[in-house]
Amino acid sequence: MIQSIDYAAIAPPLILAVAAIALLLADAFDAPRRVLSLLSGGSLVAALAAVIVLAPGDRRATFCLPDGLRGDGPRSCSYVADDFTLLFQGIVLGAAVIVVLLSLQEITDSKMPVGEYHFLLLAAVIGALTLVAARDLVLLLVALETLSLPVFALSALRRYDGTASEAALKLFLVSVVSTAVMLFGISLVYGATGAMHLDRIAPALADLPSDLDPVATAGSVLILAGFAFKVAAVPFHFWAPDVYQGSPLPVAAFLSVVSKASGFAGLAIVLALGLPSYAHVWGPAIGIIAAVTMTVGNLVALRQRTAIRLLAWSSVAQSGYMLAPLAVGDDRLPEAVAATTAYVALYAVMNLGAFAVVIGFNRRLGARRWDTLDDYRGLARRSPAVATALAFFLICLAGLPPGVMGLFAKVVVFRATVAGGVTWLAAVMAVNTVIGLYYYLVWAARLFTPAPGPSYDPVRGVPVRAAILSTATAALVLSAAPQIVLQTVSQAT
Amino acid sequence: MMAIPLVGALAMLVPGNRFLRTDAAVRVFGTAVSGATLLVAISALMAFDFGATSRMQLEVDREWAPAIGLRFHLGVDGISLPLVVLTALLTFLCFLYTLRHPPAGGLIRLLTALILVLEVGMIGTFVALDLVLFFVFFETVLIPMYVVIVLWGGTGRRAAAYKFILYTLLGSGLLLAGMLLVGAKAGTLDMTELAARHGSGLSHGVQVAAFALMGVGFAVKAPMWPLHTWLPDAHTEAPTVGSVLLAGVLLKMGTYGLVRIALPLAPDGAEFWAPWLGLLAVIGIIYGALACLAQRDLKRMIAYSSVGHMGFVLLGIATLTPVGINAALFGNIAHGLITSLLFFLAGSVKERWGTADMDAIGGGMLGTSPRLASILTFASVASLGLPGLAGFWGEMLALLGAYRPHADLPRETFVTFMAVAALGAVLTAAYFLRMLAKLTHGPADGTASARTPAAVSVQEYAAWTPLIALTLLVGLWPKTLLDVTTDPVRALFGGG
Repeated sequence: MIQSIDYAAIAPPLILAVAAIALLLADAFDAPRRVLSLLSGGSLVAALAAVIVLAPGDRRATFCLPDGLRGDGPRSCSYVADDFTLLFQGIVLGAAVIVVLLSLQEITDSKMPVGEYHFLLLAAVIGALTLVAARDLVLLLVALETLSLPVFALSALRRYDGTASEAALKLFLVSVVSTAVMLFGISLVYGATGAMHLDRIAPALADLPSDLDPVATAGSVLILAGFAFKVAAVPFHFWAPDVYQGSPLPVAAFLSVVSKASGFAGLAIVLALGLPSYAHVWGPAIGIIAAVTMTVGNLVALRQRTAIRLLAWSSVAQSGYMLAPLAVGDDRLPEAVAATTAYVALYAVMNLGAFAVVIGFNRRLGARRWDTLDDYRGLARRSPAVATALAFFLICLAGLPPGVMGLFAKVVVFRATVAGGVTWLAAVMAVNTVIGLYYYLVWAARLFTPAPGPSYDPVRGVPVRAAILSTATAALVLSAAPQIVLQTVSQAT
Repeated sequence: MMAIPLVGALAMLVPGNRFLRTDAAVRVFGTAVSGATLLVAISALMAFDFGATSRMQLEVDREWAPAIGLRFHLGVDGISLPLVVLTALLTFLCFLYTLRHPPAGGLIRLLTALILVLEVGMIGTFVALDLVLFFVFFETVLIPMYVVIVLWGGTGRRAAAYKFILYTLLGSGLLLAGMLLVGAKAGTLDMTELAARHGSGLSHGVQVAAFALMGVGFAVKAPMWPLHTWLPDAHTEAPTVGSVLLAGVLLKMGTYGLVRIALPLAPDGAEFWAPWLGLLAVIGIIYGALACLAQRDLKRMIAYSSVGHMGFVLLGIATLTPVGINAALFGNIAHGLITSLLFFLAGSVKERWGTADMDAIGGGMLGTSPRLASILTFASVASLGLPGLAGFWGEMLALLGAYRPHADLPRETFVTFMAVAALGAVLTAAYFLRMLAKLTHGPADGTASARTPAAVSVQEYAAWTPLIALTLLVGLWPKTLLDVTTDPVRALFGGG
């Protein structure tokens, strides 16, 4: 049996896969550090270019069921490159480029092996790209694991450091448990419907015999739990702060943006395409998870003293906002998915920006210490541009003008939530926005308070500066013209 | 005819951080820019067709983010026009005042930029005709005001600024939820269109929920008892220009929002909540007055008096009658003029005596500084509602409205409100007279009055005279203002 493969559709992950193998080989032959970094960054840019080329084209699908096995069912393709997929691939790749920029100096500073680092990073990105394109449960799971496994290694790459090993172990254990739970859920759904492709599961679930109903219910809730780990939603969030702190900071940025974005994409795909008829089950469940996630994240973030832990907890809270629209169930689901997507896209820019500044600033301390918020005092005196950029990112994350970008992200999420009739969740979000504002503002205000101390260069190194500059530019452009993202998202979903 | 306020606002978006070297030049530049805005506002006033005040005029309507149905829709009518002009005027006067009396703390460049951004936000709020756009402008004022309080405020500024921003943001969050609830159910975010529907197409439950959410949002801003606690701190700690803009304009955004958005969009909800709104308004009046009687700090007293005055405004709104709403709008403007003047004066007093504590300042101001004292007396009696001055009409009409509330509202309740509110008016007179007795009369016995206060400067006169003149004008010929607001208010209720 021969299957024809649409290579254009899978070009982005394919490019990265080839590059990853080349990297590993080159590293074995002791290629210079510069070549390796260039190869890694270049392949990401090439993949991004492929995504952009694919974007105007039609929906492409590949790895479909052959005609002989299809019966009279739908086409059932495992890998689909539609607008939604390409949008998320774009987000993932763009963020990955920034992460590579941030990593360049960190690798040297922390004496990490260059080739392995870039190889693992590319492998994880391949997982993320496949995850957002997957349309059957097996490929979804495989992609999820491809995304997770390299990250364990990445966070433990600082081998001499105990906290890094601890972080990696914690990440590994939580991840394995959640994968097991998700696998169990998948097997239940498969048992109930006899299908793995989402476009077959949906109709099968819609007219399921009533005695199988509990099985499918349990299955869909367990699948949800698997994704809840990826996006660090309560109660699967415990790994986040320790891992963010323990692992190299660029890896933390990767986890909080790339990994989270693909987690949300996967969640949206499964819920919207596979399980719409069980919306009465997962809708309220997500509502509660979202409310608890944002509240816990924000409340704990209030108590944080180090910048990186604050970012970690705040990104837990942000996950809550992103989950909120999905709580509407199948009432106006496309709109809700669009809202979540828009928020993820905007969040990626602002959070990466904040991470970029934190990483650059932390460099002067080395890998073993982390900046407390008090260390940021007086940054505005030493480097007004960096301080302004960080303040802007924080205000964006808080969702207030002049960070119009963040405000619009909040508006679309509120709008989708309210339109779907989950007004109570919107009220919870309103309260949470206030809590969130407080700690972002406390941090931003520190930047501008004078502090005595020796003068130093706040962010050393061209790559980090480039990363800050590009995220800041993106944030400014999106603040002036948020419709760029909103428009694309509404067309793609 | 298109977009004059918009051009004015956009011109503000590029303030002068580029070339002006000295602080003085920056201040002059700020004054010039805000003066230009005022001119634009006045020319809008000229271009405005007073024959059709209920119609939206000088409109701009462009697509902004069609994906979420967001339009860039601006325009003015009789309700918003006076507020726009008031905003432009007060900002200009603030800059004029700053020319000679910059707040301690330096960084004039930043202050200028912030106040200009603040002005954009305030004017934008009053002219926005799209719910989300309104919200964007509504939020725009928060950060600049927060920074103004934090950087140039008094001793307790940090806590006051946090309180201010957290309170108001909580309000805005609920406000956003309420507005989007309406927007989602009605399928449009355009305020003119929504207002024209008078809530048709929205179920009773939705309207009640939406009005509650929006009402709380605006009530925080207004502020309504018991959500007012941010106000005295913020006003007391803010520098003079901050207090003036806070009292003169920011508070109006709350009541304006109620009239412009909450009432027409959810009339059933308004009817449901009106008695409660009235009750809280009356409590606010009495509470504000009693709190004033107990204050030792001049600025804090004026701040609490704002709670009382805004109580009258809210009471007017709660009656749901054209008379009441007119009273509310009138009270808005009057309060904006008078309280701004009072805060200017308080700022000057504080600058001269080094404290705003009334006991420390002591009496005898009429002797030591007669001009300042006379203006203070004028502002106080205007604020306590002396007939013939601006403060009187707002309160009187609000009471009148409460005497004959909307037909579907329980009349006995509102008559009781009226009686209690009238008592509040008496108390208002009491605390202002107490303040005057303490400060202006008697021997100069204060501990802080050792040095002779400086005479009133030209800039101070320049900043105060327009306010005094307008207070007199609006007080003697209330018709000038009422004519503008009456028609659109009628239109709000679906009449011609």
